[in-house]
Amino acid sequence: MTGGARLLVLPRARARQGADALRRRPGLLVGLGLAALVIAVLAAVAAGSVAIAPADTLGILLRALGLPVEASWSPAAETIVLDLRLPRVLTAVVVGAGLAVAGATFQGLLRNPLADPYVLGTASGAALGAAIAVLVPVRAVILEFGLLNALAFAGALGAVAVVWALGRGGAFAPLTGLLLTGYAVGSLLAAGLAMTMYLSGANLRQIFAFLLGGLEGSSWLRLAVAAPLIVGGTIAIAARARVLDGLLLGEEAAAHLGVNVRRERVILLGLGSLVTAAAVAVSGLIGFVGLVAPHVVRLLVGPSARLVVPLSAVFGAALLVLADLGARLAGEIPVGVVTALIGAPFFVVLLRRARLGYEL
Amino acid sequence: MLVPGALPVAVLRGVTAGYRDRLVLRGVDLTIAAGERVALLGPNGAGKSTILRVLAGILPARSGEVLLGGDPVARLGRGQVARRLAAVPGQASLPFATRVEEVVGLGRLPHEDPFRGPRAEDRAAVTAALERVGITALRDRDARELSLGERQLVLLALAVAQGAPLLVLDEPTVHLDLHHQVAVMELLADLNARDGTTILAVLHDLALARHFFPRLVLVDGGRVVADGPPRLVLRPERVRAVYGVDPGILDARAEAVELNGGAGLR
Repeated sequence: MTGGARLLVLPRARARQGADALRRRPGLLVGLGLAALVIAVLAAVAAGSVAIAPADTLGILLRALGLPVEASWSPAAETIVLDLRLPRVLTAVVVGAGLAVAGATFQGLLRNPLADPYVLGTASGAALGAAIAVLVPVRAVILEFGLLNALAFAGALGAVAVVWALGRGGAFAPLTGLLLTGYAVGSLLAAGLAMTMYLSGANLRQIFAFLLGGLEGSSWLRLAVAAPLIVGGTIAIAARARVLDGLLLGEEAAAHLGVNVRRERVILLGLGSLVTAAAVAVSGLIGFVGLVAPHVVRLLVGPSARLVVPLSAVFGAALLVLADLGARLAGEIPVGVVTALIGAPFFVVLLRRARLGYEL
Repeated sequence: MLVPGALPVAVLRGVTAGYRDRLVLRGVDLTIAAGERVALLGPNGAGKSTILRVLAGILPARSGEVLLGGDPVARLGRGQVARRLAAVPGQASLPFATRVEEVVGLGRLPHEDPFRGPRAEDRAAVTAALERVGITALRDRDARELSLGERQLVLLALAVAQGAPLLVLDEPTVHLDLHHQVAVMELLADLNARDGTTILAVLHDLALARHFFPRLVLVDGGRVVADGPPRLVLRPERVRAVYGVDPGILDARAEAVELNGGAGLR
């Protein structure tokens, strides 16, 4: 081997050794990820159209937690941090984590690297629900959630229920049937959405805002309602991570390894859909986080769901926090645009690296 | 290596089973004792894979009894079945790049704590399985990039790591060249002789079966039509009746197997 080539090989070998060492310590990995997330959160809370010094930000947060800190900042800064930015950033954490975990779940359950949280019609169902809410002249607000959020949530779950009912049985293997039915139902709902948008006239912008996703409407109360669903669902999925691993070689192999495939399919599907529906109800259709986060994690630690699920949550949260920061700094553009800008090139790279067949 | 007096590892009695509207097994009787090495033969569609699925409880029997390790399989939880029966598929696919060590590690799922995950003894079992099958050198490779022969060995190592007393294989040599076919057969014979693992393999290759298995079970039209040592089961007129071909072909194949060093029956 020539000297130049050797220089290239050694660092890669050492990198692989390092990755192996990390992989054997899942606790360390999650800890590192959480630390990075906390830093991202602090940065996102400090930054914005009104710049607040990092020291002040930290002070405000610590004081809010009850620690005796001198209030050396303006009341306006405190309001901005505690009432505007913190709930928004924490909503990004929760939604980002939820979407990433849902994406990892569907990728594992459907054994399809191109799956994302919306693959079973959730997106179209939520969008149609939201669009109908915009059309309907009813102004109801409960717990700071309007008709839009409620119908988006209902639409997302309703779509999955329809896909589930139609997609089972039939000529195809269960997973293929679900995927194809998801596509068909999604297309049908998208047609309904198009029709609704056509009829919506002046309210079109509202529907678009939902479609592109955004965290502007975040508040503590909304977070308090959505977070238990998303966090609870995420923990429940993480507890079943080994089931996702069992499915790696297929449903029959999983059954042979002791997985109750029928039961777990329903449970994982239900949990993934619940988390996605809650995320979508809170902040609209934010794309690419659920697709990209699990893949990046897999590149680092391999496909074992025991690592991928919690690390996807951490990485997805950080990704959305930073994307929202970017969206804010760029003049409050929809966060879905930023995630698309990050995610789409990644998606292309993913497609190019994917092998044409993955037969074992 | 038969263990006299022990409970039969697997029993099918008067079993009928099928898929949807299609009845495949029409009354199958089969008893396998601990430590046996049995090959399941028959034409395509005869019901060989169906027998394996019924035995593992994946396909419910419509009538008759299915006992695994003495208990009705319908009453066993999936985890219990996984600890009594390890299955090696003919092929499988992986959606993500996965290291061989992780694939083999899946065999430990029935033994793992669902919350704590793999422990030291699980990792040791994986290492031992890799060594037993002879693929330790492949442990860090992406399983999707291996040759067909190597992939089959990975699936075999997975089942070995599972550590169940009964090993069931569905056409394990279908994509393999003669060298790898013999290697797999010899490995099965070794597992049977040294560890006492009971082996039940669905095979298409009559010559391979004849050479490596002391007991053959011939299935045709959803029933067992012959069950015993090769010289009785593979009599020329039976081969002609069941497969519709000239049995002379068998001898040419058998020669090739013998020439390639299979020590065969012990």
